[in-house]
Amino acid sequence: MGFGTKAAGALALALVIGAGAALAQGDVISQRKAAMKAIGDGNRAPAAMLRGEAPFDLSAVQAQLKVIESNATSALKLFPDNSKTGGDTAALPKIWETKADFDAKMTSFVAAAKSAQAKITDEASFKQEFPALLKNCGGCHTDYRARRS
Amino acid sequence: MRKFALLVVVLAIAGFGVFWFISAPQRVVIANDAAFNAPGDVARGKDIFFAGGCASCHATPNQADRLRLGGGLEMKSPFGSFYAPNISPHPRDGIGNWTNADLANAMMRGVSPDGAHYYPAFPYTSYAGMQADDARHLMAYVRTLQPVEGRARDHGLGFPFNIRRTLGVWKWMFFDTAQVKTDPARSASWNRGQYLTETLGHCAECHSPRNALGALVDSQRYAGGPEAHGDGWVPNITPRSLKDWTRGEWVQLLQMGLTAEGDSVGGSMGSVVKNIAELPKADAEAMADYLMTLPARQGPPRPKK
Repeated sequence: MGFGTKAAGALALALVIGAGAALAQGDVISQRKAAMKAIGDGNRAPAAMLRGEAPFDLSAVQAQLKVIESNATSALKLFPDNSKTGGDTAALPKIWETKADFDAKMTSFVAAAKSAQAKITDEASFKQEFPALLKNCGGCHTDYRARRS
Repeated sequence: MRKFALLVVVLAIAGFGVFWFISAPQRVVIANDAAFNAPGDVARGKDIFFAGGCASCHATPNQADRLRLGGGLEMKSPFGSFYAPNISPHPRDGIGNWTNADLANAMMRGVSPDGAHYYPAFPYTSYAGMQADDARHLMAYVRTLQPVEGRARDHGLGFPFNIRRTLGVWKWMFFDTAQVKTDPARSASWNRGQYLTETLGHCAECHSPRNALGALVDSQRYAGGPEAHGDGWVPNITPRSLKDWTRGEWVQLLQMGLTAEGDSVGGSMGSVVKNIAELPKADAEAMADYLMTLPARQGPPRPKK
């Protein structure tokens, strides 16, 4: 194996790693968007219950609380340093400027989704606790997400 | 030739005279000053504080207490950066020494106690339509908050925008001080919603595009546009874009920040939701009643990313 072949091999390897990293970044962005989108889509049913436009359904609410807990848990790991750009993202650079605060807010969101599962046992506790849980969403979206329509 | 020079001088003086006349700060005429400066109602003032969104700009940035009104938040604009001033009741650095009339003149005419123009980054263009008595109650509430020491830095604006007197000309061109008109054909809730949306809530200030001199484009009021201080896009909130939203969905958006699609709003709207959450539910319902009747308007096209 000559030097040229080694260099070509190294170059090819570097290209593969580079492409892999770029792909991974794009993946991370689309993964976190999918995780967030699923939370939003799942919120529509409890939101209609809050408005009194759909009958209260405890098991549907509990199912959504589990989706929130699990998707927020995965989303916490989907904001690595190399995912600031690349792909269509509304995540603001401020996330990585004050990453400790961002992580703390996400962690407390996960904890709130978990404790809401214990607290919400009937319609009255749902009307009390679910809006309180939603405040966590705005906590990050206000500082860390770009406005879009 | 000397006659021509004389003519130029005379015209320049006349021109400056017109400028000086047009640009002079105008104040609210309050008939009975002594009565107006009697203390207002703190509880009503608190509602006005949150309806007016004061904390969204004036709360000290990067700390959690929204009632700590030390100012300092940077607002970028095409003209330079504005820095929200300290409006805590600190007697030297805030507005602790202001009279009720001083606050009314600031909010409804954009004029400071010492007679200088404020920049319309401070939305007196909307507050102008409020009832002067609301300024009296608001002042009573602000006096109950914690005084914060320290002033915000001066605005960073380029020439000629850094000359405050030129704002008199801007006001002459764009500033409408008319009060919001009650519509007797509509419900009390709709009229309350109109008052909250158009004056205190100053919703149009972000949800409308602006012209080259920073004034709102009336024909596209509420039709969305580029964010004045950022690279985001503010949505069109006329029925052109949100015609399928129910009243319940509007109320949920205003009170909880949840859109009809289940998304949670962010950016400066997140702060607006925090303000409205402090108000009685009837106020959010009133705003929904009014917003649902806005005329459908097409906003400026959003550039492709």
